[in-house]
Amino acid sequence: MSATPQPTVPARADDREGYFGRFGGQYVPEALSGALAQLTTAWRDARADPAFAGELDALLRDYGGRPTPLYHARRLSERTGVEVWCKREDLAHTGSHKLNNVVGQALLARRMGKPRVIAETGAGQHGVATATAAALFGLDCTVYMGAEDVRRQRLNVVRMQLLGTEVVPVDSGTRTLKDAINEAMRDWVTNVDDTHYLIGSAMGPHPFPTIVRELQKVISVEARQQFAAQAGGQPDAVIACVGGGSNAIGSFADWIDVEGVRLIGVEAAGEGVGTGRSAATLTEGREAVLHGSRSVVLVDDDGQVQPAHSVSAGLDYPGVGPEHAWLASTGRGEYVSATDEEALEGFLHTCELEGIIPALEPAHAVGWLLHHGAAVLGEGARVVVTMSGRGDKDVDEVIEVAGWDLGVARAFDRAAGEGPA
Amino acid sequence: MSALAPPVGGPARIQAAFDRARAEDRAALIIYLTACYPDADTSRACIEAAVEAGADVVEIGVPFSDPMMDGPVIQAANQHVLDAGYRVADHLALVRSLDHLDVPTLVMTYVTIADTRGYARFADELADAGSAGVILPDLPVPEADAWLAEARRRDLATVFLASSVSSDDRLDAIAAASTGWVYATGLLGVTGVKGVATDETRRLVERVRARTELPVAVGIGVKDRASAAEVASYADGVIVGSSVVRAAGEGDPAGAPDRVAALVRELRAGVAER
Ligand SMILES: Cc1ncc(COP(=O)(O)O)c(C=O)c1O
Repeated sequence: MSATPQPTVPARADDREGYFGRFGGQYVPEALSGALAQLTTAWRDARADPAFAGELDALLRDYGGRPTPLYHARRLSERTGVEVWCKREDLAHTGSHKLNNVVGQALLARRMGKPRVIAETGAGQHGVATATAAALFGLDCTVYMGAEDVRRQRLNVVRMQLLGTEVVPVDSGTRTLKDAINEAMRDWVTNVDDTHYLIGSAMGPHPFPTIVRELQKVISVEARQQFAAQAGGQPDAVIACVGGGSNAIGSFADWIDVEGVRLIGVEAAGEGVGTGRSAATLTEGREAVLHGSRSVVLVDDDGQVQPAHSVSAGLDYPGVGPEHAWLASTGRGEYVSATDEEALEGFLHTCELEGIIPALEPAHAVGWLLHHGAAVLGEGARVVVTMSGRGDKDVDEVIEVAGWDLGVARAFDRAAGEGPA
Repeated sequence: MSALAPPVGGPARIQAAFDRARAEDRAALIIYLTACYPDADTSRACIEAAVEAGADVVEIGVPFSDPMMDGPVIQAANQHVLDAGYRVADHLALVRSLDHLDVPTLVMTYVTIADTRGYARFADELADAGSAGVILPDLPVPEADAWLAEARRRDLATVFLASSVSSDDRLDAIAAASTGWVYATGLLGVTGVKGVATDETRRLVERVRARTELPVAVGIGVKDRASAAEVASYADGVIVGSSVVRAAGEGDPAGAPDRVAALVRELRAGVAER
């Protein structure tokens, strides 16, 4: 954490196309070059077409439930010592911010004439959002999900299947998000003619990090207006959890050029920074290429990607989007971390103090605030925290990991044992 | 430069290998094997057996944790080698131990491995080990300037991949930047799953030929004598990977060199059928 509370806004004018400073690029097999060029063109055309923005806005409003509220969490404020304003992405359709990106990219897939979409998913939220958009637009959809994540996010697997999507469990490597991305890339290389890879975070080869940021920017555009209207002025800090970095970049985007607003990304530290069982990429990683772009990655001296560890499937990723690597390198973004334990504490406090069951991902941001918020930001600092998703999907995992079984699971087991075989 | 440095640089040695095959009126046979698979000694013996059985060029795959372009066979081989604890240094030692072969060896790996090591150091280590060059399938030409400068400094070949969906502009760039040969991918997809898409690949080879004097070799999708013969009818080289890796890895390691040799003899007969 830097000591200066007001990082200055870095210049970015001289960047190469597709780069954020030295991060980004298109490190992909030649077979994808055409698809990326097509996507770049489709995106440029869509941005210039008022009908695209009109359709996107209408869908996000009428179908997606936007704008999501900005809510002053008074009891959490009391507990943390800072004034907490929650940006309620958990209230968006499908239960997370992921829909913002998915609806936009599904419209792009339609513009490109691609009848099939594929996606990777960790927590299953991006998979559910993609399955939802596929149903809405009548697209074929396949979602790759690490076998370990299929286990710990079972509810979302069932939701995807109900929405008509094929879920493919991935058994290679660490059986989590990074391996699901590898498998989605392999599918894309094979079926690039008719398939759009609907990447779920602000990562991957150019133009994905930019497209995802622009589609998620709605979070900060709304929050900025809402904060001015409800609280007055601007917040001292904007805080979001960072997996691949989509909710965080969307939460930061409209503030990046605004001096005086600190941008704080909270990564998952798993069992702790330095334990070798963490997913705190920007804290512990080094510059490397992963999944199509140059960024910061958990790699060893040989360049082998190291397994990440987090209680949260959505943050359990050894890479991070390139724009975050750049924001970190310039000091404009500040990246901190919360352990599994701190996240579980954030989870429980958000439930008990605010009546909101958060996803384990944003629970990391709350956990960090509980432990460090007042000390780092100052007592009474005003902060916007992105509540990126709701926690229904995490209930089983929380029971298992934290041992907070209130007897319900055991009652089910008993009933199952007593029932007919 | 060490005393082991080869008498000529990578591109020249590769060109000589293609020239020898052409003089025999056949396509060159390029064999891919995963380094240290199933173990270092067996791997070395398999590569020697492949050369003995008629491979003109050998690609030595340095395993990467996230092999985006590879299908199940090579993925599993990569994982096996990583799980066994082999490091990049071990693979470089393997390359060096094959320096006595009179066919060029190239290293095929992912850009993350080269980049993390530092391009300058990686180029030095490869050249000092006697490698003729590299294939980095996820380093496309627009991202390759920094690597190419180091490769040129140590006279290493850099073989770029061309795809049937590459635009004319990109093929121009690939043809201009490649040294050694141009790698025409035989299908859209990963290694070891589907067969060569013949019409698209023929057209791709023609499009590349129109742009360069370099040999054009086809890989991904070639698996046996018949498919090797088919590709040899229109390409300068035939690249075979997954089926050779499978021969090296399935069954008793002691029998691996014989299994590899038997397959390579078949493939070699195939590339001479044309
Ligand atoms: C609710 C929620 N928040 C955050 C994330 C992390 O992703 P990102 O960093 O792209 O926002 C996920 C990913 O699955 C998620 O489901």
